[in-house]
Amino acid sequence: MKESMKMSAIKTMLWGAAGLALSVTAAFAESKTVIEDVAFAHEGPFGTFDQMQLQRGLQVYTEVCAACHGLEQVPIRTLSDEGGPMLPEDQVRQYATDFPVYDEDSNRHLYDIATGEFRPLAPTDHFPAHHLAAAPDLSLMAKQRKGFSGPYGTGISQLVNGMGGAEYIHALLMGYVDPPACAPEDFDGYYNTAFANGGVPDSCKDEHGHSTIIGSWIAMPPPISDDIVTYADGTAATADQISMDVSAFLMWTAEPKLNARKEAGFVGVFMLSILAVLLYLTNKRLWAGVKGRKDQA
Amino acid sequence: MAGIPHDHYEPKTNGERWLYRRLPIAGLIHDTLTIPTPRNLNWMWIWGIVLTFCLALQIVTGIVLAMHYTPHVNEAFSSIEHIMRNVNGGHMIRYMHMNGASLFFFAVYLHIFRGLYYGSYKAPREVTWIIGMIIYLLMMATAFMGYVLPWGQMSFWGATVITGLFGAIPGVGPTLQEWLLGGPAVDNATLNRFFSLHYLLPFVIAGLVAVHIWAFHTTGNNNPTGVEVRRTSKEEAQRDTLPFWPYFVIKDLFALAVILAVFFAVVGFMPNYLGHPDNYIPANPLVTPAHIVPEWYFLPFYAILRAFTADVWVVIAVEWLSFGIIDAKFFGVLAMFGAIVVMALAPWLDTSSVRSGRYRPMFKWWFALLCIDFVVLMWVGAMPAEEPYATISLIASAYWFAYFLVILPLLGVIEKPLAQPATIEDDYKSHYPSAQPAE
Repeated sequence: MKESMKMSAIKTMLWGAAGLALSVTAAFAESKTVIEDVAFAHEGPFGTFDQMQLQRGLQVYTEVCAACHGLEQVPIRTLSDEGGPMLPEDQVRQYATDFPVYDEDSNRHLYDIATGEFRPLAPTDHFPAHHLAAAPDLSLMAKQRKGFSGPYGTGISQLVNGMGGAEYIHALLMGYVDPPACAPEDFDGYYNTAFANGGVPDSCKDEHGHSTIIGSWIAMPPPISDDIVTYADGTAATADQISMDVSAFLMWTAEPKLNARKEAGFVGVFMLSILAVLLYLTNKRLWAGVKGRKDQA
Repeated sequence: MAGIPHDHYEPKTNGERWLYRRLPIAGLIHDTLTIPTPRNLNWMWIWGIVLTFCLALQIVTGIVLAMHYTPHVNEAFSSIEHIMRNVNGGHMIRYMHMNGASLFFFAVYLHIFRGLYYGSYKAPREVTWIIGMIIYLLMMATAFMGYVLPWGQMSFWGATVITGLFGAIPGVGPTLQEWLLGGPAVDNATLNRFFSLHYLLPFVIAGLVAVHIWAFHTTGNNNPTGVEVRRTSKEEAQRDTLPFWPYFVIKDLFALAVILAVFFAVVGFMPNYLGHPDNYIPANPLVTPAHIVPEWYFLPFYAILRAFTADVWVVIAVEWLSFGIIDAKFFGVLAMFGAIVVMALAPWLDTSSVRSGRYRPMFKWWFALLCIDFVVLMWVGAMPAEEPYATISLIASAYWFAYFLVILPLLGVIEKPLAQPATIEDDYKSHYPSAQPAE
């Protein structure tokens, strides 16, 4: 009994980690989670990425996340792109060369038959893939999750708050707390209040099999803590700061053209508004003769 | 062009006469642009132009996207990310294409409901209506196949669920489904043919749009009074109408500019608002998403599909009467397609001799209820298949069919319509007492 429970918990966790989705509409069959809105620089129509925060987030990804998680959709050269971390090109070249290939099986295209070794990365390469079962690729994680969809389920608030993908990542990284009393001590994984798709012990379920607790058990151990990285720009490396920085960075990896997109949005809305006003006046003048407005009658 | 009497194109210069004798294309363009249009058209008559623009937008952005997209199960997802990251302006083109589909459906629903309220489907405009319904069906097919192309989780599982509908047809179903998919399950063959058809169908739609316009340029536009333009003489026709250019072109362009400003705000500031986060997860045949939801514009019909479960008495009765051939699953499929068929049959189901809902005191209320019903169906379509949503969707689905099959035929008999204006001119003068005929 206990064995099968463990098996199902592991299976659920693997599935969850393999990319089973969490969304607010999808959350009915899953555990409730706590994802709170936090203010990121990139949110709202006027929001743009904070370049220094993206650089710090890159450092956190490189030093903490990269050992298990890939960023296979992201070309390394984009680290110097406008609207991103904007590293100088020589630094990007150095960064690529120094980047280790953790998962050799998933990156055979980097294998050099002539030398029998993995060649160093170049800026034109993508970040290496990482196909560890319980560690999903993070390239699009911030768009694969929707943290919240208020008010009243309409999701309109995302105009101001964003989709909540970065909030989801932040909530998950900071969501490791002591497990609730209903859980057995030896339950597999780590209790996390933001993780919806993990295992939940039967002792924490009601008679219909629905979880009575918030969150579930995740396979990933708590990855960050105070001072796990040392920031070159002197920012105090609290766990909360580290989590915010890497969440913002992963929003950038998911939506690297966010700044350009909002700029295009403003230009488009502005130009079309002017056009609309001109057409309104033209239309009014044109129809005035037909409608026989008072001032012409 | 047949129809309302008006001035036709006269070639004036030698060059025009030379071309006119060989190909009267200038005449066609002139007559199309100056077509007499009822002068009392209200703002609900702008959606045609918006829809034409949407089709053009989708074709233009789609052609560019197709230059960079790779229709292969191993490459499709990454090629979309390539467009989003590496192609110049690719993220905007892709987001415009994605949200353009939503604008397209938003406009088509308002266009259809305008037609339903003002009786635009009634004689002599049945052919326009039927062609419109075919265009709408093709739009749904095109949008569905387009949604499969990014090869995310919702793409894959949406394709699995929707092609499964064909599998529900008794007897030939499974064979038909396999033929549609090009194999036993959604795979590379499916992706390839969906890409091919997704590129083809918009051009079929464009052809049908031309026929749709041809048809209503022959009958003339309907208008808010439902009273026909007088055709007895050119003078009388001119008092009821205005030439399409410039009056309605400028009016429609103004409306289009306003709508596009809102559209650009959505694309620029919340481009994924109408999408589903799951579709940013690469397709995985081994992992079923917890909740498979179609795009918002399919939700009303998805709700009807799911409403008729095996415990509904109608379903039980039909299954028994058909000796088990029509089971609950097939019943749902029939109901979903039937919901569109009954709408297409509206010209023959509506028995009222009065065209416009403006002069139908009872119809107005039933129509308002139909609009609410549509929104309710859209809402329950997004909800999980459990109570109370199951009951709500059953009631809402029943009303949809009742409106077309019972209410429309009966109203024509029992309703006492209000007096209609004798001419469009009379109606227009009651709004604008000092109105002038066009010069």
